Amino acid sequence: MIASIKHFIKTFTLFELLQGLSITGKYFFKRKITIQYPEQKTPMSPRFRGHHALRRYPNGEERCIACKLCEAACPALAITIDSEERADGTRRTTKYDIDMFKCIYCGFCEEACPVDAIVETHVFEYHFEERGDHVRTKEVLLAFGDKHEAEIAKSRAADAPYR
Amino acid sequence: MDSLIAIWESVPEALRIVIVILLKIIAILLPVIIAVAYTTFAERKIIGYMQVRCGPNRVGPKGWLQPIADTLKLMFKEIIVPTKSSKAVFFIAPMLALAPALAVWSVIPFWEGGVLSDINAGLLFVLAITSLDVFGIILAGWASNSKYAILSSMRVGAQVVAYEIAMGFALVGVLMLAGSLNLTEIVNAQAGGIQNWFMWPLFGLLVVYFISGVAETNRAPFDVAEGESEIVAGFHVEYSGMAFALFFLAEYASMLLISILTVLLFLGGWLSPFGGMEGLLSIPVLGTILGDGIHWLFLKAFFFLVLYLWFRATFPRYRYDQIMRLGWKILIPVTLVWIFGIGIYKGLQIEGIL
Repeated sequence: MIASIKHFIKTFTLFELLQGLSITGKYFFKRKITIQYPEQKTPMSPRFRGHHALRRYPNGEERCIACKLCEAACPALAITIDSEERADGTRRTTKYDIDMFKCIYCGFCEEACPVDAIVETHVFEYHFEERGDHVRTKEVLLAFGDKHEAEIAKSRAADAPYR
Repeated sequence: MDSLIAIWESVPEALRIVIVILLKIIAILLPVIIAVAYTTFAERKIIGYMQVRCGPNRVGPKGWLQPIADTLKLMFKEIIVPTKSSKAVFFIAPMLALAPALAVWSVIPFWEGGVLSDINAGLLFVLAITSLDVFGIILAGWASNSKYAILSSMRVGAQVVAYEIAMGFALVGVLMLAGSLNLTEIVNAQAGGIQNWFMWPLFGLLVVYFISGVAETNRAPFDVAEGESEIVAGFHVEYSGMAFALFFLAEYASMLLISILTVLLFLGGWLSPFGGMEGLLSIPVLGTILGDGIHWLFLKAFFFLVLYLWFRATFPRYRYDQIMRLGWKILIPVTLVWIFGIGIYKGLQIEGIL
Protein backbone atom coordinates (compact mmCIF):
# COMPACT_ATOMS: atom_id res chain seq x y z
CA MET A 1 0.00 0.00 0.00
CA ILE A 2 2.68 2.45 1.15
CA ALA A 3 4.84 1.31 -1.76
CA SER A 4 2.11 1.96 -4.28
CA ILE A 5 1.41 5.43 -2.85
CA LYS A 6 5.14 6.14 -3.01
CA HIS A 7 5.21 4.96 -6.59
CA PHE A 8 2.19 7.12 -7.40
CA ILE A 9 3.78 10.24 -5.94
CA LYS A 10 7.09 9.49 -7.62
CA THR A 11 5.38 9.10 -10.99
CA PHE A 12 3.31 12.24 -10.80
CA THR A 13 6.09 14.50 -9.55
CA LEU A 14 8.19 13.22 -12.49
CA PHE A 15 10.86 12.48 -9.88
CA GLU A 16 12.97 10.14 -11.96
CA LEU A 17 12.72 12.29 -15.08
CA LEU A 18 13.94 15.31 -13.13
CA GLN A 19 16.78 13.18 -11.75
CA GLY A 20 17.80 12.32 -15.31
CA LEU A 21 17.58 15.93 -16.37
CA SER A 22 19.75 17.02 -13.47
CA ILE A 23 22.46 14.58 -14.51
CA THR A 24 22.63 15.85 -18.08
CA GLY A 25 22.37 19.37 -16.66
CA LYS A 26 25.44 18.74 -14.56
CA TYR A 27 27.37 17.34 -17.51
CA PHE A 28 26.49 20.45 -19.52
CA PHE A 29 28.82 22.48 -17.31
CA LYS A 30 31.62 19.91 -17.12
CA ARG A 31 34.96 20.78 -18.70
CA LYS A 32 35.13 19.52 -22.27
CA ILE A 33 38.15 17.29 -22.84
CA THR A 34 37.94 16.99 -26.62
CA ILE A 35 41.32 17.36 -28.34
CA GLN A 36 40.99 19.81 -31.25
CA TYR A 37 42.97 17.46 -33.44
CA PRO A 38 44.83 19.31 -36.18
CA GLU A 39 45.74 22.12 -33.77
CA GLN A 40 46.22 20.03 -30.64
CA LYS A 41 47.77 16.60 -30.49
CA THR A 42 47.89 13.94 -27.86
CA PRO A 43 51.31 13.03 -26.43
CA MET A 44 52.96 10.14 -28.22
CA SER A 45 55.02 7.26 -26.87
CA PRO A 46 58.58 6.87 -28.20
CA ARG A 47 57.47 3.37 -29.17
CA PHE A 48 54.75 4.64 -31.48
CA ARG A 49 54.66 2.65 -34.73
CA GLY A 50 53.86 4.75 -37.77
CA HIS A 51 55.26 5.05 -41.29
CA HIS A 52 58.41 3.03 -41.94
CA ALA A 53 61.84 4.42 -42.70
CA LEU A 54 65.25 2.99 -43.61
CA ARG A 55 68.14 4.51 -41.69
CA ARG A 56 71.73 5.28 -42.66
CA TYR A 57 75.00 5.33 -40.73
CA PRO A 58 76.42 8.78 -39.99
CA ASN A 59 78.87 8.31 -42.90
CA GLY A 60 75.97 8.04 -45.32
CA GLU A 61 76.16 4.26 -45.89
CA GLU A 62 72.79 2.55 -45.65
CA ARG A 63 72.45 0.26 -42.65
CA CYS A 64 70.46 -2.50 -44.26
CA ILE A 65 72.54 -5.58 -45.01
CA ALA A 66 69.77 -7.55 -46.76
CA CYS A 67 69.68 -10.26 -44.11
CA LYS A 68 65.95 -10.61 -44.83
CA LEU A 69 65.09 -11.19 -41.16
CA CYS A 70 62.37 -8.55 -41.40
CA GLU A 71 60.95 -10.24 -44.47
CA ALA A 72 60.85 -13.51 -42.55
CA ALA A 73 59.39 -11.91 -39.43
CA CYS A 74 56.67 -9.98 -41.21
CA PRO A 75 53.35 -11.69 -40.38
CA ALA A 76 51.53 -9.87 -43.19
CA LEU A 77 54.14 -10.68 -45.86
CA ALA A 78 54.34 -6.97 -46.64
CA ILE A 79 58.12 -6.81 -47.17
CA THR A 80 59.90 -7.93 -50.38
CA ILE A 81 63.69 -7.83 -50.55
CA ASP A 82 66.20 -8.56 -53.36
CA SER A 83 69.93 -8.38 -52.72
CA GLU A 84 73.29 -8.28 -54.56
CA GLU A 85 76.96 -8.37 -53.72
CA ARG A 86 78.62 -5.06 -54.23
CA ALA A 87 82.11 -4.51 -55.60
CA ASP A 88 83.49 -3.99 -52.08
CA GLY A 89 82.21 -7.42 -51.04
CA THR A 90 79.31 -6.23 -48.91
CA ARG A 91 75.78 -7.50 -49.34
CA ARG A 92 73.16 -4.79 -50.00
CA THR A 93 69.56 -4.64 -51.11
CA THR A 94 68.58 -3.82 -54.67
CA LYS A 95 64.92 -3.82 -53.79
CA TYR A 96 63.24 -3.13 -50.47
CA ASP A 97 59.47 -2.80 -50.87
CA ILE A 98 56.91 -2.46 -48.10
CA ASP A 99 53.29 -2.79 -49.13
CA MET A 100 51.59 -0.34 -46.76
CA PHE A 101 48.19 -1.88 -47.46
CA LYS A 102 49.38 -5.24 -46.17
CA CYS A 103 51.38 -3.85 -43.27
CA ILE A 104 49.72 -4.18 -39.89
CA TYR A 105 52.24 -1.94 -38.08
CA CYS A 106 53.19 -4.70 -35.61
CA GLY A 107 56.80 -3.57 -35.41
CA PHE A 108 58.26 -7.07 -35.81
CA CYS A 109 60.50 -5.90 -38.67
CA GLU A 110 62.03 -3.32 -36.38
CA GLU A 111 62.57 -5.91 -33.65
CA ALA A 112 64.06 -8.42 -36.06
CA CYS A 113 66.54 -5.98 -37.58
CA PRO A 114 70.09 -6.65 -36.29
CA VAL A 115 71.42 -3.28 -37.51
CA ASP A 116 68.46 -1.00 -36.66
CA ALA A 117 67.97 -0.26 -40.35
CA ILE A 118 64.21 -0.57 -40.70
CA VAL A 119 62.32 1.50 -38.12
CA GLU A 120 58.83 2.76 -37.62
CA THR A 121 58.60 6.52 -37.15
CA HIS A 122 56.13 8.79 -35.42
CA VAL A 123 54.60 9.85 -38.73
CA PHE A 124 51.03 8.61 -38.99
CA GLU A 125 49.52 11.39 -41.10
CA TYR A 126 50.40 10.36 -44.64
CA HIS A 127 48.54 9.54 -47.79
CA PHE A 128 49.08 8.07 -51.24
CA GLU A 129 48.29 10.16 -54.26
CA GLU A 130 48.56 7.58 -57.00
CA ARG A 131 47.78 3.93 -57.41
CA GLY A 132 50.90 1.95 -56.58
CA ASP A 133 52.17 4.56 -54.15
CA HIS A 134 51.25 2.27 -51.32
CA VAL A 135 54.23 0.06 -52.15
CA ARG A 136 57.00 2.06 -50.52
CA THR A 137 60.25 1.47 -52.39
CA LYS A 138 63.77 1.55 -51.03
CA GLU A 139 64.36 5.10 -52.29
CA VAL A 140 61.23 6.43 -50.64
CA LEU A 141 62.00 4.71 -47.36
CA LEU A 142 65.60 5.95 -47.33
CA ALA A 143 64.49 9.48 -48.11
CA PHE A 144 61.92 9.24 -45.35
CA GLY A 145 64.66 8.09 -42.95
CA ASP A 146 66.91 10.99 -43.96
CA LYS A 147 64.12 13.45 -43.42
CA HIS A 148 63.14 12.22 -39.96
CA GLU A 149 66.55 10.98 -38.72
CA ALA A 150 66.72 13.44 -35.83
CA GLU A 151 63.33 12.39 -34.49
CA ILE A 152 64.02 8.69 -35.03
CA ALA A 153 67.33 8.93 -33.15
CA LYS A 154 65.64 10.80 -30.32
CA SER A 155 62.88 8.26 -29.80
CA ARG A 156 65.35 5.34 -30.06
CA ALA A 157 67.51 6.99 -27.40
CA ALA A 158 64.46 7.58 -25.18
CA ASP A 159 63.50 3.92 -25.41
CA ALA A 160 67.04 2.50 -25.21
CA PRO A 161 67.09 1.88 -21.38
CA TYR A 162 64.12 -0.47 -21.67
CA ARG A 163 65.36 -2.63 -24.51
CA MET B 1 11.29 61.06 -49.54
CA ASP B 2 8.32 63.08 -50.80
CA SER B 3 8.49 61.37 -54.17
CA LEU B 4 8.49 57.98 -52.43
CA ILE B 5 5.36 58.93 -50.53
CA ALA B 6 3.81 60.13 -53.78
CA ILE B 7 4.57 56.79 -55.45
CA TRP B 8 3.15 54.99 -52.43
CA GLU B 9 -0.03 57.03 -52.59
CA SER B 10 -0.47 56.42 -56.30
CA VAL B 11 -0.72 52.68 -55.56
CA PRO B 12 -4.37 51.57 -55.30
CA GLU B 13 -5.72 51.17 -51.79
CA ALA B 14 -6.33 47.41 -52.03
CA LEU B 15 -2.84 46.74 -53.38
CA ARG B 16 -1.36 48.86 -50.60
CA ILE B 17 -2.98 46.67 -47.96
CA VAL B 18 -1.67 43.55 -49.67
CA ILE B 19 1.85 44.97 -49.82
CA VAL B 20 1.78 45.91 -46.13
CA ILE B 21 0.55 42.44 -45.19
CA LEU B 22 3.22 40.77 -47.34
CA LEU B 23 5.90 42.89 -45.69
CA LYS B 24 4.55 41.89 -42.28
CA ILE B 25 4.63 38.22 -43.28
CA ILE B 26 8.25 38.57 -44.33
CA ALA B 27 9.03 40.38 -41.09
CA ILE B 28 7.64 37.40 -39.16
CA LEU B 29 8.81 34.49 -41.30
CA LEU B 30 12.37 35.62 -41.92
CA PRO B 31 13.23 35.73 -38.20
CA VAL B 32 11.43 32.40 -37.76
CA ILE B 33 13.52 30.75 -40.46
CA ILE B 34 16.74 32.24 -39.10
CA ALA B 35 15.71 31.10 -35.62
CA VAL B 36 15.12 27.61 -37.01
CA ALA B 37 18.61 27.58 -38.52
CA TYR B 38 20.17 28.59 -35.25
CA THR B 39 17.98 26.20 -33.27
CA THR B 40 19.66 23.35 -35.14
CA PHE B 41 22.99 24.84 -34.15
CA ALA B 42 21.89 25.27 -30.54
CA GLU B 43 20.65 21.70 -30.55
CA ARG B 44 23.96 20.29 -31.69
CA LYS B 45 25.91 22.50 -29.31
CA ILE B 46 23.75 21.85 -26.25
CA ILE B 47 23.50 18.11 -26.80
CA GLY B 48 27.23 18.08 -27.46
CA TYR B 49 27.94 19.89 -24.21
CA MET B 50 25.70 17.50 -22.30
CA GLN B 51 27.68 14.60 -23.75
CA VAL B 52 30.95 16.33 -22.74
CA ARG B 53 31.81 17.11 -26.34
CA CYS B 54 32.34 20.51 -27.96
CA GLY B 55 29.76 20.28 -30.71
CA PRO B 56 30.31 21.85 -34.12
CA ASN B 57 33.11 24.41 -33.91
CA ARG B 58 34.83 24.34 -37.29
CA VAL B 59 32.76 26.55 -39.61
CA GLY B 60 33.29 30.18 -38.75
CA PRO B 61 34.20 31.48 -35.29
CA LYS B 62 33.13 28.87 -32.71
CA GLY B 63 31.01 27.20 -35.41
CA TRP B 64 28.56 30.07 -35.78
CA LEU B 65 28.36 29.68 -39.57
CA GLN B 66 27.49 25.98 -39.33
CA PRO B 67 23.73 26.41 -40.00
CA ILE B 68 24.49 28.47 -43.11
CA ALA B 69 26.86 25.79 -44.37
CA ASP B 70 24.18 23.16 -43.68
CA THR B 71 21.56 25.15 -45.58
CA LEU B 72 23.84 25.60 -48.57
CA LYS B 73 24.65 21.91 -48.57
CA LEU B 74 20.97 20.97 -48.50
CA MET B 75 20.16 23.40 -51.30
CA PHE B 76 22.69 21.92 -53.67
CA LYS B 77 21.90 18.30 -52.95
CA GLU B 78 20.04 16.27 -55.50
CA ILE B 79 16.40 15.42 -54.76
CA ILE B 80 16.10 11.73 -55.43
CA VAL B 81 12.61 10.47 -56.23
CA PRO B 82 11.96 6.77 -55.67
CA THR B 83 10.86 5.08 -58.92
CA LYS B 84 7.66 3.61 -57.54
CA SER B 85 6.60 6.62 -55.49
CA SER B 86 3.57 8.69 -56.39
CA LYS B 87 5.43 11.70 -57.69
CA ALA B 88 2.85 14.42 -57.16
CA VAL B 89 2.09 13.48 -53.55
CA PHE B 90 5.78 12.99 -52.93
CA PHE B 91 6.40 16.65 -53.69
CA ILE B 92 3.20 18.01 -52.17
CA ALA B 93 3.86 16.32 -48.81
CA PRO B 94 6.79 18.45 -47.63
CA MET B 95 4.94 21.62 -48.61
CA LEU B 96 1.88 20.37 -46.79
CA ALA B 97 4.02 19.84 -43.72
CA LEU B 98 5.66 23.24 -43.90
CA ALA B 99 2.69 25.44 -44.81
CA PRO B 100 0.67 24.90 -41.58
CA ALA B 101 3.81 25.19 -39.47
CA LEU B 102 4.40 28.65 -40.93
CA ALA B 103 0.73 29.67 -41.20
CA VAL B 104 0.21 29.43 -37.45
CA TRP B 105 2.62 32.29 -36.89
CA SER B 106 0.03 34.68 -38.31
CA VAL B 107 -1.98 34.69 -35.06
CA ILE B 108 0.91 34.66 -32.60
CA PRO B 109 1.15 38.00 -30.78
CA PHE B 110 4.74 39.04 -30.03
CA TRP B 111 3.86 42.10 -28.01
CA GLU B 112 0.70 44.05 -27.23
CA GLY B 113 -0.81 44.46 -30.71
CA GLY B 114 2.24 42.93 -32.41
CA VAL B 115 0.31 40.33 -34.36
CA LEU B 116 -0.34 39.82 -38.06
CA SER B 117 -4.04 38.98 -37.73
CA ASP B 118 -5.72 39.49 -34.39
CA ILE B 119 -8.60 37.05 -34.92
CA ASN B 120 -10.89 36.44 -31.98
CA ALA B 121 -10.62 32.64 -32.08
CA GLY B 122 -6.82 32.63 -32.27
CA LEU B 123 -6.33 29.61 -30.08
CA LEU B 124 -8.83 27.57 -32.07
CA PHE B 125 -7.03 28.57 -35.26
CA VAL B 126 -3.72 27.43 -33.77
CA LEU B 127 -5.17 24.06 -32.78
CA ALA B 128 -6.81 23.58 -36.17
CA ILE B 129 -3.76 24.48 -38.21
CA THR B 130 -1.18 22.62 -36.12
CA SER B 131 -3.19 19.43 -36.47
CA LEU B 132 -2.92 19.79 -40.26
CA ASP B 133 0.84 19.33 -39.87
CA VAL B 134 0.38 15.61 -39.60
CA PHE B 135 -1.10 15.29 -43.09
CA GLY B 136 2.22 16.22 -44.63
CA ILE B 137 3.93 13.52 -42.63
CA ILE B 138 1.34 10.84 -43.36
CA LEU B 139 1.32 11.64 -47.07
CA ALA B 140 5.12 11.67 -47.16
CA GLY B 141 5.19 8.22 -45.62
CA TRP B 142 2.61 6.93 -48.04
CA ALA B 143 4.04 8.54 -51.16
CA SER B 144 7.60 7.30 -50.59
CA ASN B 145 6.48 3.70 -51.14
CA SER B 146 8.85 2.50 -48.45
CA LYS B 147 8.13 0.18 -45.55
CA TYR B 148 9.96 2.33 -43.05
CA ALA B 149 8.16 5.44 -44.16
CA ILE B 150 4.69 3.91 -44.03
CA LEU B 151 5.39 2.42 -40.58
CA SER B 152 6.46 5.83 -39.41
CA SER B 153 3.41 7.62 -40.77
CA MET B 154 1.13 5.07 -39.11
CA ARG B 155 2.85 5.72 -35.82
CA VAL B 156 2.58 9.48 -36.27
CA GLY B 157 -1.10 9.23 -37.06
CA ALA B 158 -1.94 7.34 -33.89
CA GLN B 159 0.39 9.39 -31.73
CA VAL B 160 -0.87 12.75 -32.92
CA VAL B 161 -4.50 11.75 -32.45
CA ALA B 162 -3.78 10.66 -28.88
CA TYR B 163 -1.84 13.74 -27.90
CA GLU B 164 -4.00 16.27 -29.72
CA ILE B 165 -6.77 15.44 -27.23
CA ALA B 166 -4.60 15.93 -24.18
CA MET B 167 -3.29 19.15 -25.71
CA GLY B 168 -6.79 20.43 -26.42
CA PHE B 169 -7.95 19.62 -22.91
CA ALA B 170 -4.93 21.37 -21.44
CA LEU B 171 -5.90 24.47 -23.41
CA VAL B 172 -9.49 24.25 -22.18
CA GLY B 173 -8.16 25.04 -18.71
CA VAL B 174 -6.53 28.18 -20.07
CA LEU B 175 -9.74 29.19 -21.83
CA MET B 176 -11.75 28.77 -18.65
CA LEU B 177 -9.43 31.02 -16.67
CA ALA B 178 -8.90 33.62 -19.41
CA GLY B 179 -12.44 33.62 -20.69
CA SER B 180 -11.27 34.24 -24.24
CA LEU B 181 -9.89 32.46 -27.30
CA ASN B 182 -7.95 35.50 -28.43
CA LEU B 183 -4.25 35.04 -27.67
CA THR B 184 -3.67 38.70 -26.82
CA GLU B 185 -6.55 38.66 -24.36
CA ILE B 186 -5.29 35.42 -22.84
CA VAL B 187 -1.93 37.07 -22.19
CA ASN B 188 -3.56 40.22 -20.83
CA ALA B 189 -5.65 38.10 -18.45
CA GLN B 190 -2.33 37.15 -16.80
CA ALA B 191 -1.23 40.75 -16.23
CA GLY B 192 -0.03 41.95 -12.86
CA GLY B 193 3.20 40.14 -12.06
CA ILE B 194 4.48 36.61 -11.87
CA GLN B 195 1.86 35.51 -9.30
CA ASN B 196 -0.94 36.08 -11.82
CA TRP B 197 0.48 33.84 -14.53
CA PHE B 198 -1.62 30.81 -15.36
CA MET B 199 1.28 28.47 -14.63
CA TRP B 200 0.40 28.47 -10.90
CA PRO B 201 -3.28 27.45 -10.99
CA LEU B 202 -2.68 25.36 -14.12
CA PHE B 203 0.69 23.82 -13.33
CA GLY B 204 -0.46 20.30 -14.14
CA LEU B 205 -1.92 21.46 -17.42
CA LEU B 206 1.33 23.27 -18.26
CA VAL B 207 3.24 20.01 -17.80
CA VAL B 208 0.67 18.06 -19.80
CA TYR B 209 0.62 20.70 -22.52
CA PHE B 210 4.37 20.74 -22.90
CA ILE B 211 4.64 16.95 -22.87
CA SER B 212 1.97 16.63 -25.54
CA GLY B 213 3.64 19.48 -27.42
CA VAL B 214 6.85 17.46 -27.49
CA ALA B 215 4.89 14.43 -28.68
CA GLU B 216 3.05 16.52 -31.26
CA THR B 217 6.28 17.73 -32.83
CA ASN B 218 7.67 14.17 -32.84
CA ARG B 219 10.68 15.10 -30.79
CA ALA B 220 12.61 12.88 -28.39
CA PRO B 221 11.55 11.05 -26.24
CA PHE B 222 8.44 10.68 -28.43
CA ASP B 223 10.32 10.42 -31.71
CA VAL B 224 9.05 6.99 -32.73
CA ALA B 225 8.17 8.61 -36.05
CA GLU B 226 11.84 9.16 -36.82
CA GLY B 227 13.29 6.48 -34.58
CA GLU B 228 16.77 6.39 -36.11
CA SER B 229 17.57 3.06 -34.50
CA GLU B 230 14.39 1.30 -35.63
CA ILE B 231 13.07 2.74 -38.87
CA VAL B 232 16.09 4.73 -40.10
CA ALA B 233 14.54 8.19 -40.43
CA GLY B 234 10.86 7.33 -40.62
CA PHE B 235 8.68 9.33 -42.95
CA HIS B 236 11.56 11.21 -44.55
CA VAL B 237 13.87 8.28 -45.39
CA GLU B 238 13.34 8.80 -49.09
CA TYR B 239 13.67 12.57 -49.01
CA SER B 240 16.88 14.44 -49.71
CA GLY B 241 18.01 17.95 -50.45
CA MET B 242 15.48 20.75 -50.29
CA ALA B 243 12.49 18.40 -49.87
CA PHE B 244 14.08 17.06 -46.71
CA ALA B 245 14.96 20.58 -45.64
CA LEU B 246 11.28 21.53 -45.75
CA PHE B 247 10.41 18.74 -43.29
CA PHE B 248 13.28 19.84 -41.14
CA LEU B 249 12.10 23.44 -41.24
CA ALA B 250 8.53 22.39 -40.41
CA GLU B 251 9.65 20.33 -37.42
CA TYR B 252 11.78 23.08 -35.94
CA ALA B 253 9.22 25.79 -36.69
CA SER B 254 6.66 23.71 -34.76
CA MET B 255 9.16 23.37 -31.92
CA LEU B 256 9.55 27.14 -31.76
CA LEU B 257 5.79 27.51 -31.99
CA ILE B 258 5.07 25.14 -29.11
CA SER B 259 7.67 26.94 -26.99
CA ILE B 260 6.16 30.35 -27.73
CA LEU B 261 2.60 29.08 -27.26
CA THR B 262 3.47 27.58 -23.88
CA VAL B 263 4.82 30.95 -22.85
CA LEU B 264 1.80 32.85 -24.17
CA LEU B 265 -0.73 30.56 -22.52
CA PHE B 266 0.89 29.76 -19.20
CA LEU B 267 3.76 32.14 -18.55
CA GLY B 268 2.27 35.49 -19.43
CA GLY B 269 3.83 35.92 -22.89
CA TRP B 270 5.56 39.28 -23.18
CA LEU B 271 4.53 40.31 -19.65
CA SER B 272 7.32 41.00 -17.23
CA PRO B 273 7.44 38.96 -14.01
CA PHE B 274 7.80 42.26 -12.14
CA GLY B 275 4.42 43.43 -13.46
CA GLY B 276 2.93 44.73 -10.24
CA MET B 277 5.94 46.61 -8.90
CA GLU B 278 5.43 50.22 -9.97
CA GLY B 279 8.46 51.48 -8.05
CA LEU B 280 10.86 49.19 -9.88
CA LEU B 281 9.39 49.88 -13.30
CA SER B 282 9.63 53.66 -12.94
CA ILE B 283 13.47 53.52 -12.83
CA PRO B 284 14.57 55.07 -16.18
CA VAL B 285 16.60 52.43 -18.10
CA LEU B 286 16.19 49.43 -15.83
CA GLY B 287 12.44 49.92 -15.85
CA THR B 288 12.26 49.52 -19.63
CA ILE B 289 14.36 46.37 -19.54
CA LEU B 290 12.41 44.86 -16.65
CA GLY B 291 9.07 46.06 -18.04
CA ASP B 292 6.83 44.18 -20.47
CA GLY B 293 8.29 43.55 -23.89
CA ILE B 294 9.14 41.07 -26.60
CA HIS B 295 12.43 40.23 -24.87
CA TRP B 296 10.54 38.51 -22.05
CA LEU B 297 8.64 36.42 -24.59
CA PHE B 298 11.89 35.33 -26.23
CA LEU B 299 13.61 34.69 -22.93
CA LYS B 300 10.83 32.43 -21.67
CA ALA B 301 10.42 30.72 -25.04
CA PHE B 302 14.18 30.10 -25.13
CA PHE B 303 13.89 28.24 -21.83
CA PHE B 304 11.31 25.86 -23.29
CA LEU B 305 13.35 25.44 -26.45
CA VAL B 306 16.35 24.44 -24.35
CA LEU B 307 14.06 22.07 -22.47
CA TYR B 308 13.28 20.37 -25.80
CA LEU B 309 16.98 19.85 -26.47
CA TRP B 310 17.61 18.88 -22.87
CA PHE B 311 14.94 16.17 -23.17
CA ARG B 312 16.59 14.87 -26.30
CA ALA B 313 19.95 14.64 -24.57
CA THR B 314 18.48 12.90 -21.53
CA PHE B 315 15.63 10.53 -22.25
CA PRO B 316 15.62 7.27 -24.18
CA ARG B 317 12.84 6.83 -26.73
CA TYR B 318 9.46 5.63 -25.49
CA ARG B 319 8.21 2.35 -26.78
CA TYR B 320 5.16 2.74 -29.02
CA ASP B 321 2.68 1.16 -26.58
CA GLN B 322 4.14 3.24 -23.74
CA ILE B 323 3.43 6.38 -25.72
CA MET B 324 -0.16 5.29 -26.24
CA ARG B 325 -0.53 4.41 -22.57
CA LEU B 326 0.88 7.75 -21.43
CA GLY B 327 -1.34 9.67 -23.82
CA TRP B 328 -4.66 7.92 -23.28
CA LYS B 329 -4.43 6.63 -19.74
CA ILE B 330 -2.45 9.31 -17.94
CA LEU B 331 -2.41 12.69 -19.66
CA ILE B 332 -6.10 12.78 -20.65
CA PRO B 333 -7.43 11.75 -17.18
CA VAL B 334 -5.07 14.22 -15.51
CA THR B 335 -6.32 17.08 -17.67
CA LEU B 336 -9.94 16.04 -17.09
CA VAL B 337 -9.50 16.07 -13.32
CA TRP B 338 -7.74 19.40 -13.46
CA ILE B 339 -10.43 20.95 -15.65
CA PHE B 340 -13.04 19.61 -13.23
CA GLY B 341 -11.24 21.40 -10.40
CA ILE B 342 -11.10 24.65 -12.33
CA GLY B 343 -14.77 24.22 -13.21
CA ILE B 344 -15.65 24.02 -9.52
CA TYR B 345 -13.46 27.05 -8.80
CA LYS B 346 -15.10 29.05 -11.57
CA GLY B 347 -18.56 27.95 -10.49
CA LEU B 348 -17.93 29.07 -6.92
CA GLN B 349 -16.63 32.37 -8.26
CA ILE B 350 -19.81 32.92 -10.26
CA GLU B 351 -21.93 32.01 -7.25
CA GLY B 352 -20.06 34.64 -5.30
CA ILE B 353 -18.70 32.23 -2.68
CA LEU B 354 -15.03 32.78 -3.67
